Formats: sequence, C-alpha cells, structure tokens
Amino acid sequence: MSRTFLRRLMFSAVLAAGVMAAGVMAGSAAQAAGPLTYDLKPTRIAPDTYVFEGSTKHFTRANGGNILNSGFIVTADGVIVIQTGPSRRYGEEMRTAIRKVTEKPIRKVFISNLHPDYWLGSQAFADVPIAALPGTIAGIQEEGNGIAENMYRLVGDWMRGTEVTVPTEPVYGSTVKFGDHRLRLIPLSGHTAADLMILDESTGVLFAGGVIFCDRTPTTPHATVADWLKELDAVDALDIRLLVPNHGHIRPDKACVAQTRDWLTWLDGTLRHAVESGLDMAEALELPIPERFQVLDVLREEYRRSVAHLWPKIEQASLPRVN
Amino acid sequence: MRYAWRQMGLTGAMLVIAGPGFAASSPSDPLNSVMWEVLRDQYFAGAPVVFDDAVKVTAPAAAEDTRAVPLSVDATALGRVVEMVAIADLNPFPLVLRYHPGTAAPYIATRIKIQQATAVRGAARTADGVWHVSGVMVDAAGGGCSAPPASYAQKDWADHVGEVQARLWPAAEDGVARLRLRIRHPNDTGLVDGIPAYFVETLQVDAQTPGGSPTLARIDSLEPVSENPVYSLDLRPPPDATALILRGRDNQGGEIRATIPMPPPGAKPAMSLKPAGQSWSVGQ
Repeated sequence: MSRTFLRRLMFSAVLAAGVMAAGVMAGSAAQAAGPLTYDLKPTRIAPDTYVFEGSTKHFTRANGGNILNSGFIVTADGVIVIQTGPSRRYGEEMRTAIRKVTEKPIRKVFISNLHPDYWLGSQAFADVPIAALPGTIAGIQEEGNGIAENMYRLVGDWMRGTEVTVPTEPVYGSTVKFGDHRLRLIPLSGHTAADLMILDESTGVLFAGGVIFCDRTPTTPHATVADWLKELDAVDALDIRLLVPNHGHIRPDKACVAQTRDWLTWLDGTLRHAVESGLDMAEALELPIPERFQVLDVLREEYRRSVAHLWPKIEQASLPRVN
Repeated sequence: MRYAWRQMGLTGAMLVIAGPGFAASSPSDPLNSVMWEVLRDQYFAGAPVVFDDAVKVTAPAAAEDTRAVPLSVDATALGRVVEMVAIADLNPFPLVLRYHPGTAAPYIATRIKIQQATAVRGAARTADGVWHVSGVMVDAAGGGCSAPPASYAQKDWADHVGEVQARLWPAAEDGVARLRLRIRHPNDTGLVDGIPAYFVETLQVDAQTPGGSPTLARIDSLEPVSENPVYSLDLRPPPDATALILRGRDNQGGEIRATIPMPPPGAKPAMSLKPAGQSWSVGQ
C-alpha cells in the first residue's frame, strides 16, 4: 500500500489537474476539487498575544502537518512571530491571517528548535530576521534537507514549493524589548540539543516550544531524557500565567509540566527495566502503557518511536563486554 | 489488506506448491508484494509454502530509523522447527538471515536495514519440509541499505571490530534461556561506491561442557542485518554447561569469538510478555 502511495506521490502533480477536472465534470468529488488550506484562525490568549492552535495528531495528509501551536505578539515595534509551521503554505497562510489582525509589519521571527513543524514555513518570512539558538541553526543546516524530504513523504502536496530556509540570526539567553513587551529568551537542552523558550514578562505567557507537551505524547528523536527532566525543573521555577506548549493544550497552570515529567520518567525507567530483564527491542514495542497516560494523544505510536530512539543506547550501556 | 490477511489466518493455513507448474493454484500473497513470487521461487524453491499466522512477525508499522528496524520472528507455536528465514521483500538484498535453531526455541530477534517501505517476512520450516510464512508491512523513508555505516566516522572503528557484549538469563519455566548479544561491526552492505561489503556471515553458539561443546544454534546472516548486529535467542543450554561460546566470521575472514558466562546464582529469568493465544503481528 505504501509503495503505491510513493509512486502516486511522484505523479501527483500531473494527476491533480486531471482529478480536479474529473470531479467538476462528475459534479461530485468536491473535496478533491478544493484547494488545500490550513484555515488558520488566530485565538487571542492574552493582551496582544495570539495562537494558531493545531491538531495533537501525527503529520498526516489530512492535516498537512498542522500539529503545532504557533503564535504571534503584536507590539508597538511590530509583530513577533513564534514558529512558522510545517510548510511554505502554512507560513504564507499564517502571514495572511496575521495581516487580518494588524497592519503592523513583522519585526522578527523566533524558531524554538529544529523539528519540521517549527520552521519549514520560514520561507514566507524570508524578508525579516529569523532568530534561533546557534544549536538550532546548526541542526537545520545539517539535517534540514532530510527533514524537509521526509515531510514531503509524510504529508505530500501540502509541502509544494517548500524549501529549507535557515534562520538568519543567532540568539542567546537574554531579555529583549519590543514595544511594551519584554521577552525573556531561555536557552535549554534536552528535548533537542537546543530548545528556545520565550517568556513574555509583560503578559506572563510562556511559549515553551517542545519542552512541554500537554495531553499529547512527547516526541524524542533528538532527546536526552536526563537533560529534558532538568528543563522541566527550569519551567517549574518560572513565574508564568499561561503555558503554550508547541503540541497540545494551552493551560493557565503547570499541570502539563508534571504530565511531561511523569511520561519521561515512566518511559526511561520502563525501557531500562526491560533491557535489564532480557527483553528484545521488538518485544518492547508491545509493553503495556499505564492507564493514566491514555489522555496523551497518539500514545502507542509515539511510544514506539521513542523505543526506536532510546532503546539502542540503553542496551549498549547495559550489556556487559565478554571478550 | 490486514483484514483479509487475518481472515486467511482464521480459515487455516493455505497450501501453496512453489514452482512454475503449480503457479496458478497459489493463493495470492496476503501482503500483495510484487516480489513475492520471485522470492518464493528463490528461497523456497520446490518446497511447499503456506501463509500461516502461527509464525508471529513483529516489526513497527513505520520505521523510525531505516538502518535499525527491530524485527522478531517467533515460530514457537509450530513446535519443532528446522530452519527459519527473515526476508525484506524490496531490499536490494532481500534475504536477511537464515536461523538454524538446533535445540533452541524457534525465536530470533534482531535489527535490520530497510531500503524503502516493504513487506517484512518471517518463515519457518517444519520437519515435514513445509515453509510457514508470515509478515507485516513496514513503511519507511528511503535509504537504510545505502547509507554508510555511522562507525566509519570514528577514527578508531577498526580497533573495535569483533567486540562482543552479551548476557545470558537463566531458563524460565518454559525451559529456554534468553541470550542477548551485540557485536561491534560495520556490517556494511557495500552499496556505497568504493566501500567493499563487510558484514558478519556466520555466528554459532556452543555450550562449554565437561563432555564437549555441542552447538546450540547457528545463524547465517547477510547484508540487511544492522550495523553493530544485535540478537536475542532463546537457548536450551545443557545442565552441565559452564559457559557459552560464541564463534563467528565476517565475509572478509575476520573471526569473532567470545565466552559468555552462565548467569550468576540467584539471577532471574528474562521477562516474558507472551500472553497465550494472542497474535503478535504488529502491522498497524
């Protein structure tokens, strides 16, 4: 099934026109005839502060990769954009939607890490500074093309025209002021090697990036669990009013800091115990997951991905040398 | 597709006579792989073949790392098994390994490279000569077989080839002792221009006993086994075994040899996840 899917992808550009024509002629197939759109609608979550809420699922051809909560802050100095989404189309639609809220120009874009949904829309913001941690810039330079190619494979035509746009401005831990908004840039590592959180000190809104997941299973392709747990301690020490995770629900409390910690602790401990107990990695894919984690979306799928990410290193450290 | 396959399992194993003369009577491949008939003729030539869910193949529905996809083939439901194979249909080298379980349980788990989305199969030959075949689809981004080994990026990789990590867990109630092992080896397919194929070809586990060293199990492995090969086997070491001996050789003549100690007194058997009668094929 997947093979034919790939083949179909190769011909999709040719076929799209034909399918649309056939749909019109048949007077049906309305969904095939409609243009792809993310239908982005900003939600105001605090003064001057808006979020485009995405799905808590995986990247699919139905959602076009819209599984994130991107945002923007309208300041007297212009608009600050946080994450640019999974595709050029997303970035362009985001910019159009921002324009409906304010006439102010985009002042700066911040990218929190190297994962695809954070930055592949940056093409739509190529005329403004795009800021990220040096580790994120290096990661996108190194892995960006592979990340983009995989997104084409996963979501298909939504990606049309998307090219890697590397962030242009390295940023570090600091506090920057745009109009009345003081933004604290908090560099951390754990979820990836370079995680940027942005705390708007004037509104108390924390854009936590990938450090916190809320009712959505955390992802681990670049994670170091022990460091990630320290990131959670750092979030616990912050004074915030609203927490915006990149994936999952926005909450006025830190409940999802505890939820993310609970998951990571269980995941790491369970895999270590399984390795120590003689299980194979294939068997570990099927380990039972406690009932309390059923609130996390895409639970089993994301757990299996984490087994792939974390198991080999745990195993290598655990098995004793015998020659 | 999966549904149809389960239906087949429920109606019992279907007999296929491999060979051109009987091709018309072959039930179609439950996984609809374009390579099935070619592979059947190549690897099971002339032998009867059945699609049989009693062979449980476990692999993820999507490969997170195409250079190291976990795969297990469990034919314990068939009783005595003479030989097992693992195949990734659309790999440039479809045959992953042949396992000769000897006195061991017919279970083998490893990690493999896959080059693209493919059917991944396990097959077990019973004493009557019939091959029992099962499998799952694994979706994947491309390139697991044609990527260079990561270890070549380390200057001293050649100093570590053949290093073995291993641990034996004591036998549980079912009488089998879990052995897990990891071998440092590039296990290179040779598909990268200018780099010759370099992979482990044979491995065997013998028991060291006062009366000799009987062979417990043997693996003939090929290019698709992952870099730094990892295996899980369920062995039946004789009661007087004082250690296990792992012997192997790669295709460039390099020897692998390690002595694996018996579990210390009081060690617990390996964890078992096997619920009775539940299908293990984890396709979706």
